[in-house]
Amino acid sequence: MALDDRFHNRDFKVVGNRVTRPDGIDKVTGRARFGADMTAPGMLIAKVLRSPHAHARINGIDTSKAEALPGVKAVVTYADFASAHAPDDDNLVNCMAKDKALYDGHAVAAVAAISTAVARKALKLIEVDYEVLPHVTDVDEAMKPDAPVLHEDAQDESVPAGTPKNVVRRYEFGHGDVDAGFAQADKVIERSFRTEAAHQGYIEPHACLASYGSDGRADLWCCTQGQYAVRAMCAGMLGMQASDLRVTASEIGGGFGGKTTVFIEPVALALSRKAGKPVKLVMERSEVFRASGPTASTSIDCKIGMTKDGRITAGRAELRYQGGAFPGSPVEFGAMSGFAPYDLENVQAIGWDVVTNRPKQAAYRAPGAPMAAYAVESVIDELCQELGLDPLEVRIRNCAHEGTLSPYGVTYPKIGLEETLKAVQSHPNWTAPLGPNQGRGVACGFWFNFGGNTCVSLNIDEDGTVSLSTGNPDIGGSRASMSQMCAEELGIPYDRVRCSIADTSLLGYNDVTDGSRVTFAVGLATIKAAQDAIKKMCGRAAAIWGIPEDAVEWEDGCAKPAGPNAGEHPPMSLAEIAAVSSQTGGPIAGHYECNADGAGVSFATHLVDVEIDPETGFTKVLRYLVAQDAGKAVNPDYVEGQFQGGAVQGIGWSLNEEYIYGEDGRLQNAGFLDYRIPVASDLPMIDTVIVEVPNPGHPYGVRGVGETSIVPPLAAISNAVSHAIGKRMTQIPMSPPRIVEALEG
Amino acid sequence: MSQIHVTTKINGDETEFLCGPEETLLDVLRDHLGMTGTKEGCGTGDCGACSVTVDGRLVCSCLMLGAEAEGHEIGTIEGVAKGDELHPVQKKFLDHAALQCGICTPGFLVAAKALLDRTLEPTEEEVRYWLAGNLCRCTGYDKIVRAVMDTAAELRGA
Ligand code: FES
Ligand code: FES
Repeated sequence: MALDDRFHNRDFKVVGNRVTRPDGIDKVTGRARFGADMTAPGMLIAKVLRSPHAHARINGIDTSKAEALPGVKAVVTYADFASAHAPDDDNLVNCMAKDKALYDGHAVAAVAAISTAVARKALKLIEVDYEVLPHVTDVDEAMKPDAPVLHEDAQDESVPAGTPKNVVRRYEFGHGDVDAGFAQADKVIERSFRTEAAHQGYIEPHACLASYGSDGRADLWCCTQGQYAVRAMCAGMLGMQASDLRVTASEIGGGFGGKTTVFIEPVALALSRKAGKPVKLVMERSEVFRASGPTASTSIDCKIGMTKDGRITAGRAELRYQGGAFPGSPVEFGAMSGFAPYDLENVQAIGWDVVTNRPKQAAYRAPGAPMAAYAVESVIDELCQELGLDPLEVRIRNCAHEGTLSPYGVTYPKIGLEETLKAVQSHPNWTAPLGPNQGRGVACGFWFNFGGNTCVSLNIDEDGTVSLSTGNPDIGGSRASMSQMCAEELGIPYDRVRCSIADTSLLGYNDVTDGSRVTFAVGLATIKAAQDAIKKMCGRAAAIWGIPEDAVEWEDGCAKPAGPNAGEHPPMSLAEIAAVSSQTGGPIAGHYECNADGAGVSFATHLVDVEIDPETGFTKVLRYLVAQDAGKAVNPDYVEGQFQGGAVQGIGWSLNEEYIYGEDGRLQNAGFLDYRIPVASDLPMIDTVIVEVPNPGHPYGVRGVGETSIVPPLAAISNAVSHAIGKRMTQIPMSPPRIVEALEG
Repeated sequence: MSQIHVTTKINGDETEFLCGPEETLLDVLRDHLGMTGTKEGCGTGDCGACSVTVDGRLVCSCLMLGAEAEGHEIGTIEGVAKGDELHPVQKKFLDHAALQCGICTPGFLVAAKALLDRTLEPTEEEVRYWLAGNLCRCTGYDKIVRAVMDTAAELRGA
């Protein structure tokens, strides 16, 4: 799509305002219905039996005692899906173990009963014959030739022959000649880094209510980032036609990528099918940690060369990500994105996808990118330190612009990275004085952003209001921004638009709420659907006035005669046209569907000051600044909220959060007490600067903003800590014991 | 297991219910009384999503048995607004965009109201520590803290 300055430079009336969200009252009064808030008459309660072993062959499952317990209405195992589904589907085997339990917490059976107490009791009566196998949970260990093997046949052709079987994919990106580049450098630094796995930490556990009818049709209510994807996955696993399954997305209590797939939904459906009653299944928090989809842990080598005056001559990274028990770690995104903020002649990134005895990873906000950025931005920082250069100036000198060839092969259109760097440079935090044991860190981050399948309808109601239907769950205020864009395009006030989230029976396929796609892609489709309705309203006005359709134009929410032959007619407002619609051809609606392109990549620069307590190794975050390009901020409050939320998730990951596995392969910290996410008293205010470099691919210039904010914090905080303690940190999280160790080492 | 009969007051209304001896107050509110505004994020006292007041004291309802409500006054999110009239802290949460997904919001509002019932002059640090038992994964707390501070300022007429 071409840049259209008519739109980008327009005088926005609604877009850009800090409006109150339409679902706000429901959410501050407790009326909003989330995943676990739904009930159905005759509903059963389900519980899942999970493997206590990290790796074990399942020789048999005896469910007869559980089935005989009064009050138990159904028990399911893999066999209840397998007949319906061939060949194997990793998502299904992750939802219900087949012949092996592949991680601590892997589901092996499930029960539906008349109460939670009976369901719990029934789980204890299920007898599983396990043959415990050796396990591996560490990425580097899993790559060794003698490591326990998870799958005999998961490796594909991208991996060189003879590589150990847990290494399942290889990726390579880049251009130029890195060795020649290193030869031109005045200084080359190579470092190895490790990051531990973090969980998205959404406060709402996975929850669903499934109701399978005797006619073979089913309804599913669940908290998800994508009701259409849930429908497709569940229908496949249960051998249903997609149109026989209607999925309704509840209000969603956070997802951050972790609710882009299914864990319990197919299980609840299978139980409901077997029991002939509605089944509610809600994960406990410990199950969320053990058996949903945290992100990958990684081990990364990174080498960068720089000239004395701060020009990066070459960069190379080798990235190893374990994504749990199945292929699909986000190492490909890591390898594509680490060097993406820079205009490099010579760059190479190699990624290895590794399987281990951990839960199958799911997307976590800019999946794969924070770890790669951590390695690259740490080495750049150390080069600046060694060469005595200003880390912002060096980044400004090397940063990507419009026309830069990215390391993953795309040439960038208009982007706003340099603007974010300059915004940080001119912010007071950049020159705030630092005291003893304090350090400052800076880092850049990149995320691709996504468009994807989108389908939107809007109805012009007889009273002059507009009902807008979109197919993406509203995870952080998107109904407000959709309503704003709709109102803007139609030229009506914001409060005349009602946006609702359709179930899967009402609109065409909408991709999952991911890739920061909603404000961009659904916004674009909303604007186009509004234009479709405008065209029809102009047609109605033309009919009323008896003039040609092209002699009518739309301005400020009204149809107006335009052009030499239009004649004199008073403008007709949307409400006036709607009021007489039954006399001019019936109801008026607008529609648009697309597979949206042109999402527009996103960049940010973060700046942080920390103070270390040298005795305890505790890190206090003193100041934090996010500067990010939003293209055009539709609702600045919620854009800032995305910046702040992502930064704080990054702070938690940098300083505290990690999956800790014991020698026995069991997760040691499956709760919020021991997996500690940041609380209010850990943090300062998070300062933000919204940079607006319009995205040429969107009518209003919008770029997605949801994910980039978690990319720079790992590196920014590590750089700050490293300066504060005078030692280069190379492992995330930098928990107090690790900092004490570094200080003593 | 035999059920226990409990008489209590919830948001000012005399309420009776039967519950199992192992059921928490959170279970009772959500599963027996249909008051699903109070949320369960952990069930172990670590997230604050289930915050209620018991005789004015802030409590995690997942850590208290339903039977223990006997003779006490319970306050939940459903009682924070007076009919159609939102409490000032609810309004400020909307004005400041202090929620994204909103799952933590009932717990924060009950906790914030309990703070404001005690003092209208909390410092930022006091607000942050008072709310440290409530987890929010979406906002980074910035706008939540601002909303509470601003409510306090408005209520004291500053
Ligand atoms: S549900 Fe009670 S504290 Fe989390
Ligand atoms: S707004 Fe989502 S957890 Fe607080």
